[in-house]
Amino acid sequence: MNKMIITEARLFLRDPAGPIFAVLLPLALLLGLGSIPGFGEPDPALGGQRVIDTQLPGMMVILSVVTMALTALPATLVAYRENGVLRRMSTTPVSPVRLLVAQVVNNLAVAVVATVLLIVLGHLFLGVAVPRNLLAFTGVFALGTASVLGLGLLVAAVAPSSKVASGIGSLLMFPLLFVAGMWIPRELMPDLIRRIGDFLPLAPFGQAIRDTWAGHAPQPLHLAVMAVTVLATGALAARLFRWE
Amino acid sequence: MIRRIPNVVVMKVIEVSDLRKEYRGRNVVDGVSFTVEEGEIFGVLGPNGAGKTTTVECVAGLRVPDSGTVRVLGGLGPAEVRRNLGVQLQSSALPAKIKVWEALDLYASFYPAPADTGALLERVGLSARRDAYYGRLSGGQQQRLSIALALVGRPRVAILDELTTGLDPQARRDTWELIEQVRADGVTIVLVTHFMEEAERLCDRLALIDSGRVVALDSPEGLVSRIGSPQRVRFRPSHPFDDAILRALPEVTGVRHENGRVEVSGTGDLLPPVVSALTAAGVIPADLRIEQATLDDAFLALTGKKISA
Repeated sequence: MNKMIITEARLFLRDPAGPIFAVLLPLALLLGLGSIPGFGEPDPALGGQRVIDTQLPGMMVILSVVTMALTALPATLVAYRENGVLRRMSTTPVSPVRLLVAQVVNNLAVAVVATVLLIVLGHLFLGVAVPRNLLAFTGVFALGTASVLGLGLLVAAVAPSSKVASGIGSLLMFPLLFVAGMWIPRELMPDLIRRIGDFLPLAPFGQAIRDTWAGHAPQPLHLAVMAVTVLATGALAARLFRWE
Repeated sequence: MIRRIPNVVVMKVIEVSDLRKEYRGRNVVDGVSFTVEEGEIFGVLGPNGAGKTTTVECVAGLRVPDSGTVRVLGGLGPAEVRRNLGVQLQSSALPAKIKVWEALDLYASFYPAPADTGALLERVGLSARRDAYYGRLSGGQQQRLSIALALVGRPRVAILDELTTGLDPQARRDTWELIEQVRADGVTIVLVTHFMEEAERLCDRLALIDSGRVVALDSPEGLVSRIGSPQRVRFRPSHPFDDAILRALPEVTGVRHENGRVEVSGTGDLLPPVVSALTAAGVIPADLRIEQATLDDAFLALTGKKISA
């Protein structure tokens, strides 16, 4: 298993466009937008919080996870299926499931690196506080990332070609990011949209990241939605995934 | 001529009986039966779309047959089969940016007692390319890596599907040589092909497959002799001679003269008696040519179809 993860990590780094994009874009956005003067002032619309306190860094964490899980992961896995990599492996004593695991591990590693950099560089350059409830933050990060990876695996399971996989990935990514508050903070959204968002996979993840960043407990509803997403996408993906 | 290792108890390595597989209402494999014996190179020969690949995919456990049975090495379970069976598939099966040694090293880690990867690379002639990306290899090199992957687990049986399709003649001959070496090590080989020349050169026995059925199962020589077509020997004699010296030979059925050339037709091993009779009469045959029926002719006679598109 270690050899598989190492090999996949090498392959991953030889084609670094995806990982670099997932790490550098959120980081650049955080540091760039974070230096806009108004975002450093307390904002009554955010209940007196500054935009750079949790809204901006929280959304950047989500952005990096989603980029890896919904675009990079499904495209790679579907390309493996198209090229017969998975089928070839299924003639050996080792199940191609391990290849999926190795891919998930690599994507997770990139999301972790991106998140750590967002926290550290945000703290050093913008004075963004380190998540106050670090334990809960880590737990929410793990659960939320698992839910988005599950969604990515489901896309990989149903997409017939890597082009379609990228298409479905982006198609899911933008509305989900929107209701999660990527462009308009959830505080400023109409109630209905915020309520719909509560039951979609990404908004609970983003809200729970922001809550724990600020030192609050995450809302039970959000944890439940993420947990259900993990279970549902995982079970469906396992059922629908084909090696060829 | 069956080139079998002597003094070895012949074991049935693969037994396929009455295999059937249907796709979209079409019987792709329609009652195929054959057995493969230990140490032989067994060919599965037929035109494109005859059901060859589907048949061996059922053997390799990649597909589940609708009916019929497949027994590998006396009836091993799926996990054991994967450990003892090396498979080389038709299409490319590696990421473009994996290096040759990485792919081999990775696949070696899948098996309990893998072959020495350095020696294997040497053997398939890829030592100099060990650091090259798979996507940068030539077609022949990719095929040889694919063969190496099929052998890295030290399998008892290797299934090789359309091994030399798309290779240039030199690469093809190199690959054939490699296969003969592998067999010399005692690996039983199932070779799927639609190349007559390949089947004739490599296979001990062949199953001719057409429209999902086995139309004949024999050695290449046996298949050719089965259609009973005559052999022909043509030559230009150094000086005129009496036809009777050739007609007297039991193998000869006819002698014709045409524009100073002689065509002798007959059966069996025609060339040696013809040449010795001519030599005894002091005649030197120039431009000597022998024409034999080929597997192509045998396939045509048995199915009414040409095998090569």
